[in-house]
This record gives sequence, C-alpha cells and structure tokens, in this order.
Amino acid sequence: MKTELMSANYAAARAVMSARVEVVPAYPITPATTIPEQIALLNETGQWPGQFIRVESEHSAMFACIGASSTGARTFTATSSNGLLLMDEGLHWATAARLPIVLANINRSISPSWNIHVTHDDSMSKATSGWIQFYVSSVDEFYHTIIQAFKLAEDERVLMPVMVNADGFVLSHTLSTYDYLEPEEVDKFLPPYKPPHWVMDPENPVSHGNIVFPEHYQEFRYAMHEGTHNAMKVYEEVEREYKKLFGKYFGGPIDCYKCDDAEVVFTSQGSVAAEAKDAIDELREEGYKVGNARMRMIRPFPVDRIRELGSRVKGFASLDRSVSYGYGGPVANDIRATMYNTKHRPIIKSYIGGLGGRDMTVPDIKEVILDTVKAVETGETGPEETWHDLR
Amino acid sequence: MVNEVNIDPKSRADMPTTSYSKPVIGATGKTGSWRTFTPKIDYDECSRCRTCWLHCPEAVITLDEDGTPHIDLDYCKGCGCCAEVCPKKCIAMIRVGFDEEESA
Amino acid sequence: MVATKDMPLKEYVLKGNAACAGCQDMVALRHAHKALEGNVIQVVPACCTSVVQGLWPKSGLGIPVLNTAFPAAAATASGVRAALAAKGKDDTTVMVWAGDGGTFDIGIQALSGAFERRTDFLYVCYNNQVYSNTGTQRSGGTPLHAKTTTTWLGKKEPEKLLDFIVAMHEPVYQATANTAYPRDLYDKFLKAKEIRGPKFIHIFLPCPQAWNYPVEKGVELGKLAVETGYWIQWERVGTEFTLGRQSKRFQDPEKRKPIEEFLKMQGRFSHLFRPERQDAKIQELQDYVQYRWDLLMKTLA
Repeated sequence: MKTELMSANYAAARAVMSARVEVVPAYPITPATTIPEQIALLNETGQWPGQFIRVESEHSAMFACIGASSTGARTFTATSSNGLLLMDEGLHWATAARLPIVLANINRSISPSWNIHVTHDDSMSKATSGWIQFYVSSVDEFYHTIIQAFKLAEDERVLMPVMVNADGFVLSHTLSTYDYLEPEEVDKFLPPYKPPHWVMDPENPVSHGNIVFPEHYQEFRYAMHEGTHNAMKVYEEVEREYKKLFGKYFGGPIDCYKCDDAEVVFTSQGSVAAEAKDAIDELREEGYKVGNARMRMIRPFPVDRIRELGSRVKGFASLDRSVSYGYGGPVANDIRATMYNTKHRPIIKSYIGGLGGRDMTVPDIKEVILDTVKAVETGETGPEETWHDLR
Repeated sequence: MVNEVNIDPKSRADMPTTSYSKPVIGATGKTGSWRTFTPKIDYDECSRCRTCWLHCPEAVITLDEDGTPHIDLDYCKGCGCCAEVCPKKCIAMIRVGFDEEESA
Repeated sequence: MVATKDMPLKEYVLKGNAACAGCQDMVALRHAHKALEGNVIQVVPACCTSVVQGLWPKSGLGIPVLNTAFPAAAATASGVRAALAAKGKDDTTVMVWAGDGGTFDIGIQALSGAFERRTDFLYVCYNNQVYSNTGTQRSGGTPLHAKTTTTWLGKKEPEKLLDFIVAMHEPVYQATANTAYPRDLYDKFLKAKEIRGPKFIHIFLPCPQAWNYPVEKGVELGKLAVETGYWIQWERVGTEFTLGRQSKRFQDPEKRKPIEEFLKMQGRFSHLFRPERQDAKIQELQDYVQYRWDLLMKTLA
C-alpha cells in the first residue's frame, strides 16, 4: 500500500486500474468529468490496459456497460446528476439482467436551474431500482469502496450493480491523501470476474431478456430483491476480508461515532457526515450525549442496525441532502418506517439542508442536533420535516 | 444459489437468477396448428431447384442431398411463400381438412 | 453470386418460433446467420425480432442474443465488442439486428456514436417501414402516403434518407439488400463478416401485417420494389460503389415498372386507388423514385 495526494475523481480512476476493470464506457459531465479524463490518460499511456469507450451519451454509457458486462467483462462507469437520470433505463436494465456493474456517481444537483454542486436528489431517485448504494465521506473511502463494490456485486448471492456516491466538488475536486493498492495486491482480494449464470458466448448460445409472462415475471423480481437484500450480509464478509488483507475498515453500513451512550444520534450521507464528527465532539464537550451515525449504505437499507441503534436512543436527527418532494427527507422516511415495527419509538426528526452545494458547517449541524435534543426534552415532535437554513 | 435455466420450471427453485433462454425447436409450440392452408409438393413435377427452401421464412423445409424438399408440417405455418416462388408451380396450398389423402 | 445448392443447410432460425406466418424478417435472419455460421453475438433492441424468439425459457434463435432497450442497440454492441477485445476474442462478429424504428428514430444517436467511434460491428436495419411490433405506427422509415395507425389518412412526409446519413459516417462496408433476393443477401453478410470496422446493411422487407397484403406475396412485393426502382440494390466497400445486379437495368427509367404496380398490392396505399384514384399522390410517389435514384448516383456512386 502506498499513499498519494489526489482528488476523489483521480482516486476513482486509480481504483479502475487497481481492480483490473476491463471495460469503461463513460461520458463527461461536471463534476464527474475528471474520472473519464484520467481513465483516458491511464489508458493512452498504457498504465491501464482495459477498453475505454468514449460514448456519445450517458444512456449509451450504461448500455455499453450492459453489453460489456453481459459478455463477461468487469465494467465500470462514472457520472453525475442529469447523466445518471439519462442512464435511467439502463440502470433498471442492469439490475434485472443481474449485471455486477460498478458506477461512481458524483452527487450533483438536478437541473433546472443549472447547479453543479452537491445535492443527493440524483442517486436518491434511484433508491427503488435495486442498485446497491454507498455514500462515502473521504477520498480514501471512495477509492477502497469502489474496489470492495466489485467483490460485492460479483458475489453470486448478490449479482446486482453497485453505485458508490461521493459529493460533487467537496470530494470530487478536493485533494486529500489516500492509500492505494497495486493491482497485484488487489488480486488477492478480487479474482477475475467469472459470470456465474449466463454470458454472451457463441460456443454456448443463450438469449437474454426475451419475453417473460406474468406466470414467472414476479419470481425474477423476487430474485432481484433477494440479491440486493443479500448485499447487507455479504458486505460484512467483504469488509472483514478487506480489513484482514489491507487493514482498511470504514464502519459497515452505518459508521457510528460515540453512539454507545448517545441519547440523540445525527444521521447523514456523504461529506457532511465527516464534518459531523467535529460537531459531536463540540457538543460532547458542552455536555450533550450525542453521537454520529454516518449512513454509508442506504440500499439495501440497514434495518437491523437502525433498529439496534433505535432501541438505545431517544432521538434521531436525520439530515437529508435531498428531498422526496411532497414527503420529506428520503432517508429520514426510511428510518421512521424501520422503527415503526418495533416497540421503541424514539423521536425521529427529518431535516433537509445543504441543497445545491450550500455549506453545512459544524455550527449548522450542531443547530440541527440541538433542535432534536430539545424535542426529546420537551416531547414535542414538531413539524414533519424541517428545512434547515431556509431563507 | 445460481440456477441453470430449466426449460419447464415448476417453482422458483427451478428458475435461473435471471431470464435467459435456451434455443429450442418449437419455442412457441407446434406452430403447424396455425395453418389454414397446407403445402403439398408434387414430387413428380419438382425439379429439386431448392427455391422453396431458399424462401421459406420458417426453416421448416429440409433438403435431401439431391435437393428433394420435405416440409415439416408440425411447424409449417402455412404462409404459402413456397408455393408462390416455386418455378414449377408444383406446390399446392390445400385448405386444412380438404386434403383427400389426409382425410382418408 | 452463391448457388443455392452451395448455401449451408444448417439453420439458426429454429422452426416453431413466434414470427407471423410469412414474416420476411425470418428469411433475412436465416440467410444472414447461414453466412455468419454461428460465430456471432446478436444485439436486438425492441422490435419484432425481440418477440419472434418466443417466450422464456425458450428461444427460437440458435445464436447468442442480447436483447436490449429500444434506443441502445449500437451502444450495447459497443460494449459487447469491447468485452470481446478485452478477452482477446476478436474473430466473433458483433451484429445489431434492429428495425426501422430502432434505427431511423430512437436508435439513431447510438448508431451515429458507434460509427463515429469506428466500432468493429455490423449494424443491420431490417426495414419494414413501420413500427410493426407495437401495432404498425408510422416511423421515420414510413413512406409518403402510407397509412399507419398514427397516420390514418396517409403519411404526409416521405421517409428519412437513412442510407445517406449512414454513408456520411463513412462505414467500411455498406449495402442494401432485399429479402426477395436471399442469395444476394447471403453474399453480403459473407462479405461483411470479413471486413473489420463499422458496417451497415439495410434490408428491405415487406410486412404482411403492416402493409396489408396476402401473406404469400412477400417475395413478389420485394421484387416489385426493385423492378419499379423504388428500392435500389447497391453496395459500397469504402467509397467503391457498385450498383446491384438486380437494380442495374432499372437505372433506366424506361425499363422500370410503374410505381402503381408496387402500391396497388398493398392495403396501406389502398386510399390512393379507392374510392377515387389519387393521381397526384401516385405521381408524387412516382417522382420520388427518380429523385432517389438521382441522389444516390450523384452522391454515393
């Protein structure tokens, strides 16, 4: 393992090299653009020997991924925002075809109006598609989670694609030191992809994706659901092995900080979750029993971990950098749904903020947490959701 | 965990991870039942030119080494293209149920 | 041209599939695959060919088929080609088999992109001039005055001149073919298989459902399209143009049959003859024949 100073996007390009990805179709979109740029350079200079396809749209990027993965190649792409939305048909195609494609999504606001900064609306809108979804908080975590994602996606109990999300600019364009692995080191963890069920091969002709009538369609959908569901357990094994081999561990589906004796925990996705550690430290110093639950994985949803946490705390302060328009914060909603079928009923407050790249600083996070602390003390649940810093 | 495709699945356990299919003759059953007209080759007239084989959309015509055509009536949909293209006009299209030999 | 007796007997179109009786797409598939001899991965966007395969878990085509989304055939094929390249399996033909809707309309961006990238694949558009799979709606390939279920009184615009759009992408091989001439079609696939780079074959095929003609008349109609000069058989290797032998004599307008003979066999043009004869509209279609010949001979020949 070596260390270098890079942005998350350059680290993602290195992950492609480290994981011996065979095919990358990609289309430029800010702020993901420097990923395909760097992959092109690695390819042209012979450092990455795979096939780079300079497609003419994101829709074509995802379908070129589908063509390549269907033919048995390890496949990766990267995009953002409107690009992810243009891929939509392909995103759903990839899950039903059970293709272990890994996609780095650099979270960016959806247009209009044009805004290239972070909002999680792009990836959150795909929460029902079957894609396994991670949110990361550092360059190091981004790099290693991409490598782990291939192992997870290609596991025959899973066989579902994985989206690794990183905040636009805050991570994509900000330099940070991170530890990387040579392909020879990763080989120990990630063997070459062997499609376990079907592949396009003239020696063994099969047809993929022709008509399925109602008699069987539902069963295939159940199998997809099972695949994504299994990812929770399989990821535990993946992380254990990764830690053993490389000493890297990012905290499972929910990375908890000072949650053991906490009365209120703050949940969030992406880079805010890293910032939140400082807020927790300051509040602890001020005497509040608070913790930080960084949501790394939102699909499959970590139901058991949330229920375990929910059985010990009095309140969740759940921040979404995204909106389910007309019904609050998407992850807050999931946490509420998860807790409903238990005997524990902590107060679960939904906060929406940091949209369009607006800063969520330590004082902002503290304000959110203290609002929930107050709700716990008074027993007043307050509004359905609270838009933080709404002018 | 990962099932092979089973041509006749009885339950979820018999189904593969995803919906891939294997090539088989009769993917849509015995399509000969679709016919309203049945081709009948007059072998005395047939010149073994293979034109019927060339134009058959269904691949239901097989050829002997000398080019003698045989139509698989289990699958022939009765489109009549063979009769149309036959240079000898020696393929008759006979309404199903009207063939004297068939009913005899 | 190949003699019929020299064509391979092995069938890759399997009998008992779900195609309509008399479907000319199956004639095209039969002879294309006889030429490719099974060493192919076929990408199929939404179109009739995605249906004729039949129902899961069975397939009526004895070749690997990757069904894909309507706009995505050429992009999917790009991925297949890249995966084969990554695995060093370069001798397999990657072939798109798409209808006119999936090519002229919704798939044209991906087609353009894949050709510009010089993808080594063969794109086949089998053109029955209508969205037949969804129930015969007009496409960019539907000719002027043809009735469809979205142009009940006849289409008001002529078809897109797709061959010219493709030609401007400078494919290494480009040809038109017609299911009425299966041996010629076979030869063209044989030739395409040996050339590396982006290739395009545009196949004219009558559809008994959409065109509303007796199912057995597919070959006759295909031939009439050539004999009236409406469909031109040609081939281009790089920039070397050859007028097909079936079309050669019809370069002379005097030798052509009147377009009317092609039109009046089809229900989709019946309104041009009944209840009253629409001379002006028939003449428009007649004039369009010469317009296309002129354009072809001036630009691509």
